[in-house]
Amino acid sequence: MSGPGGGAHRGHAKSAAGFLVDAERAAWHDQSLWFMRQKRDRGTDLPEWESLRLAGSALKAHAMSRLADLLEEFERRATANGVVVHWARDAGEHNAIVLGILHSAGVSRVSKSKSMLTEECGLNPFLEARGIEVVDTDLGERIVQLAKEPPSHIVIPAIHWKREEIGALFHRTMGTPAGETSPDALAAAARVHLRDALMNAGAGITGANALVAETGGVVVCTNEGNADLGMHSAPIHIACVGIEKIVATRDDLGVLLRLLARSGTGQPVTSYTTHVASPRPGAAMHVVLVDNGRTRRLADEAMRTALHCIRCGACLNTCPVYRRSGGYSYGHVIQGPIGAILAPAVDLDAHHELPFASTLCGSCADVCPVRIDIPAQLLAWRARSAAAGTLPRGYSTVFSLLGRVLSSLSRFERAARWARRAQRLIPASWLSGRWNPWTRPGRALPVLAVESFREWAHREETPS
Amino acid sequence: MRVALAVPCYVDQFRPQAARATLALLRRLGCDVSLAFDAPCCGQPMFNAGVVTAARAAADNWVRASAPFDAIVMPSGSCTHHVRHHLPGFLGGDAAAHAAEVTFELCEFIAGPLGLPTLAGRFPHRVAMHLGCHAQRGLRLGGSSELHQPVSGLMRNLLMGLDGLTLVPLERPDECCGFGGSFAIGEPDVSVVMGRDKLADVSAHGAEVLVSSDPSCLLHLEAVAAHNGTHLRTLHIAELLEEATR
Repeated sequence: MSGPGGGAHRGHAKSAAGFLVDAERAAWHDQSLWFMRQKRDRGTDLPEWESLRLAGSALKAHAMSRLADLLEEFERRATANGVVVHWARDAGEHNAIVLGILHSAGVSRVSKSKSMLTEECGLNPFLEARGIEVVDTDLGERIVQLAKEPPSHIVIPAIHWKREEIGALFHRTMGTPAGETSPDALAAAARVHLRDALMNAGAGITGANALVAETGGVVVCTNEGNADLGMHSAPIHIACVGIEKIVATRDDLGVLLRLLARSGTGQPVTSYTTHVASPRPGAAMHVVLVDNGRTRRLADEAMRTALHCIRCGACLNTCPVYRRSGGYSYGHVIQGPIGAILAPAVDLDAHHELPFASTLCGSCADVCPVRIDIPAQLLAWRARSAAAGTLPRGYSTVFSLLGRVLSSLSRFERAARWARRAQRLIPASWLSGRWNPWTRPGRALPVLAVESFREWAHREETPS
Repeated sequence: MRVALAVPCYVDQFRPQAARATLALLRRLGCDVSLAFDAPCCGQPMFNAGVVTAARAAADNWVRASAPFDAIVMPSGSCTHHVRHHLPGFLGGDAAAHAAEVTFELCEFIAGPLGLPTLAGRFPHRVAMHLGCHAQRGLRLGGSSELHQPVSGLMRNLLMGLDGLTLVPLERPDECCGFGGSFAIGEPDVSVVMGRDKLADVSAHGAEVLVSSDPSCLLHLEAVAAHNGTHLRTLHIAELLEEATR
């Protein structure tokens, strides 16, 4: 079954062009996300907002500088609280640990609340291939799961689905009446459908928005309460968490929670913010701490602050490119500006286009609740791509030549005279063929002035 | 005040009228303007494309050309941003630090060193303002919606000081126009849609004139408008101020 986000990934620029073919849908997508950005603007309009961002940035830098100590402190406290703590070097270890827990308890059916970490590790297909049924219980996640799609946004996974399409999907998969498009009716149907999965699961898997070292506690934020139902109704709770989610203290957590919901959706706080520190009597609780490239990122000083990301989604919502190209154009589990600086660290060759999927407008850095300088890292990745030989096709040749021309005034003026002659002699229709990316999507050819400024000045003035 | 006019490569070739207007305006404001600045490009196009080796040669030449001057004005927010915020870290050394210190975008220079927050002049038109993103969020030439600031700043003050000028509000006053240097050719489809959206916002509010801090944004927006047959007068801020203060 293919949904509105279907289609294989062909690199960002080509995928974005495909997304834009349906101009009306693209404009709707842009407007839906701009609406989120406006909600964020209203929700973050506090006198102390910039101080909060500074505090968030500082407490994250602090936590990353003491990552090993804080994780060990967390493990000590969590273990003392009766939690089983596991360490996973990579996605494979993570998946094997989760499977091991499920196997040893004889679990064949699990519920799972929103977790980008499990998406990153490919947990669902891994478990499904081993005969375990996984039901995503976040409504948006469930929609894309039923459609066999990945999330297209880290916070709003089904933002690319229209209400009518969800109605049709639910009609096929849940038997809702044909033509039903009322959000209330569809949500009510999903609630019944999900309640069954939540109540009959042998284990509830959740992600986590934070780990608190001083308490050994896990914090999960949702708006639907699905994580709470999942972890509290099943006999086993497994929290799968990236190690960068650690914070030192509950005071630090307070800052992050204020930043998170306001930045993501404009809410003062998510509807449910659950602090869970120990298993309830008779139940088990596991925390799987996952590295999967994070310590490598920590060692990379120029790119380190990308680890501060709290996955609020604000940079996606504000990004004029994300809004007009859709989440799937990024071809990575994390989309948008933050995805464009995270993905190259996973595989530069596969994701070399992503640092170029930005105008460097800087809006992402200004909405980022922990002040990650995303444009600086986009530029740094571009330079690394040049060094690694993974620039977009033609860039190295074109910009090396351009640099040669632009590094000397005499070469520049000579080249400009040639270009002007060419402009006179070559018909415009030749220059604006399908091969020319400037004109192809709908731009007129730029026209070189008949007389450059320097020529004019030379004629009019004697340089002083 | 003695000041050098630095004309970025693409302004020299595609929009010389912005440089001529800058020169005329600075002279009208009493500056002794030198045209001896002899580097064509600060290296930003190559730098932003990742081809830093090619960017270095242009940037070295640029900071060498900056050395003799105590003040340099550029009719471009983007190039000023690159010189000020990237070259010192990229090149290191005193020459780059000097270039960063003495280089001003035009509005900055008028409001700062010249001490003129507004100019006496007249421009009886409905004007939409577009700050290039590097002017907006790099040089902070305008208030940013992300930071809950109203539409404000040095360029707006200069415009609002003119008699008869009506600044039209935009739905998304600080949204990028989609140029983005190499982005315009690397991601042409998204680039053009962003340009169309910007122009639609401007047109929807009945602007007669679109004014920008950055000729590069205008190059792109004019190309989109010309393709679509949109009639809109586009001016660089130097051209508008020069015309208004004649």
